Amino acid sequence: MTKFLLARFGSALLVLFGVSLLVFLLIHLIPGDPVEVMLGESSQPADRAALRHALGLDQPLYLQLLEYYRHLLSFDLGESLYSRRPITEIVLERLPATLELAVAGLCVALLVAVPLGTVAATRRGRAWDVGAMSFSMIGISIPNFLMGPLLILLFSLWLGWLPVSGRDEPAALVLPALTLGTALAAILSRMLRASLLEILGEDFIRTARAKGLTERVVIFRHALRNALLPVITLLGLQLGALLAGAVITETVFSWPGIGLLTIESIHRRDYPVVQACVLLISLGYVVVNAVTDLVYARLDPRIRFGDAAG
Amino acid sequence: MIRLWFGGLVVGAWLLLACAGLILPLRPDEVDLARILAGPGDGSWLGYDDLGRPLWDRVAVGARYSFFVAFFVVLISAGAGTLIGAVSAYLGGWIDHATTRVIDVFLAFPGILLAIALAGVLGAGINNVVIALAVVGWVGFARLARAQVLSLKDREHVQAAVALGASRTRIVVRHLLPLITAPLIVEATFGVAGVVIAEAGLSFLGLGIQPPTPSWGSMIRDSGRYMLVSPHMVLVPGVALMLVVLAVNLLGDHLRDRLDVRLAERDRP
Repeated sequence: MTKFLLARFGSALLVLFGVSLLVFLLIHLIPGDPVEVMLGESSQPADRAALRHALGLDQPLYLQLLEYYRHLLSFDLGESLYSRRPITEIVLERLPATLELAVAGLCVALLVAVPLGTVAATRRGRAWDVGAMSFSMIGISIPNFLMGPLLILLFSLWLGWLPVSGRDEPAALVLPALTLGTALAAILSRMLRASLLEILGEDFIRTARAKGLTERVVIFRHALRNALLPVITLLGLQLGALLAGAVITETVFSWPGIGLLTIESIHRRDYPVVQACVLLISLGYVVVNAVTDLVYARLDPRIRFGDAAG
Repeated sequence: MIRLWFGGLVVGAWLLLACAGLILPLRPDEVDLARILAGPGDGSWLGYDDLGRPLWDRVAVGARYSFFVAFFVVLISAGAGTLIGAVSAYLGGWIDHATTRVIDVFLAFPGILLAIALAGVLGAGINNVVIALAVVGWVGFARLARAQVLSLKDREHVQAAVALGASRTRIVVRHLLPLITAPLIVEATFGVAGVVIAEAGLSFLGLGIQPPTPSWGSMIRDSGRYMLVSPHMVLVPGVALMLVVLAVNLLGDHLRDRLDVRLAERDRP
């Protein structure tokens, strides 16, 4: 187990290094002079020189890189060009909203996917199965930036039940969470159905049925517990899609999280903030994936003793 | 069977619209002030937008852009990704090790976040959309091609080719790539659906195709303020987008079952 932990930790660190390097290079991909792009063409040469110096862009590339990592390690993300405030402060302010949305979306996804996948698998080939899988296929095909406006149209404008946007009241969370959650639910329910169908064909299910257990006990105590294992792995992988989806969902609903901050900052050409947001979201994703692997290894001993390099 | 029919029909219509749009007398930018926000039926069968422009013409031109962006992005990323993945797996050693690390790093960026960041930094516009999506897209093909080649490179027919003195290029191109086309075609099909969504997503965020050029994504964004008065403004591009993505996904499912390949489930941005 220790060997597995070390290997997993090592590969996560390596990926983190690569991700931060790419994010560092982002600012150098700006066509032309990044300082001119950020300040606008009409800016004063003195302002440009000051910003260039402040961002360290007047230094050789390797020194910039060293500076960048020195600052990262001390959690100093620099200063926003737009509000002149420390980026760490801005990001921490926005983080709770995104976490709230992500957790709510995850809950919606599980609440929809587990019953849907179970019903589809236990009634394979019948109307329920076809219905559940059609729902999931349609769910996969509706992107968040379409699902969001459609939900707003139905629940906010026509029915008048829920607020259109913002984060002023608890009810405002419902529509963004539904938008984010249904996308994930569509994928998870297909995965759960496939994995349940495989488990239901196993010998221990036949044994459980043969000892006279009720179908309910067979499904919930024996089959579902095992079928959820691969779903957990997928959940870790999909959390990245969830976080990226949050960027769009937050924009649709003006939800004041990291995603909306990313888009706002892109439009304001506040690239240091963009870098920080991209880095933070990817960082969250890498950490979640590493944790998922560990949870999975804890739940399924076969992983621990298998290919540790993973 | 319905998957093939429905999928083929919608994708066929999409393709036709994309190509025929070049010769049809479409006027996506023509403003008719008398018909601002007019609903379907009155002169144009899909209605008009907030500037009095006909939605049918705009959706048709949007179809052209979504098709060509999807086509080029999948072409570039499948070509580059397959080549990188296959060569890296075949050569092995430190080259393969380094490639795997690079793939891992690209996979660590969730969904279209990297594309959003790239499009944001490079600036909006159709060329930058293609670049940003191809930079994100090659990884999936590289990973798939690498895994496939790894499982094939010790087969007897490859050993026979080596024994006959075939060059490495010949072995990869003539003896390995033909065997991995089936899963790559399936991946490319799902890739098309992903790119259509991603392009519309970038345009929705204002980072993709720029106005006045119509894109399904920016049409959905512009409909936001007029949703109560004229819901057709979101429904027209929305249904077009949904139908195309659904059709491509169904075709992908059909191909996957038909060619009997297993791939991971797709995610949506």
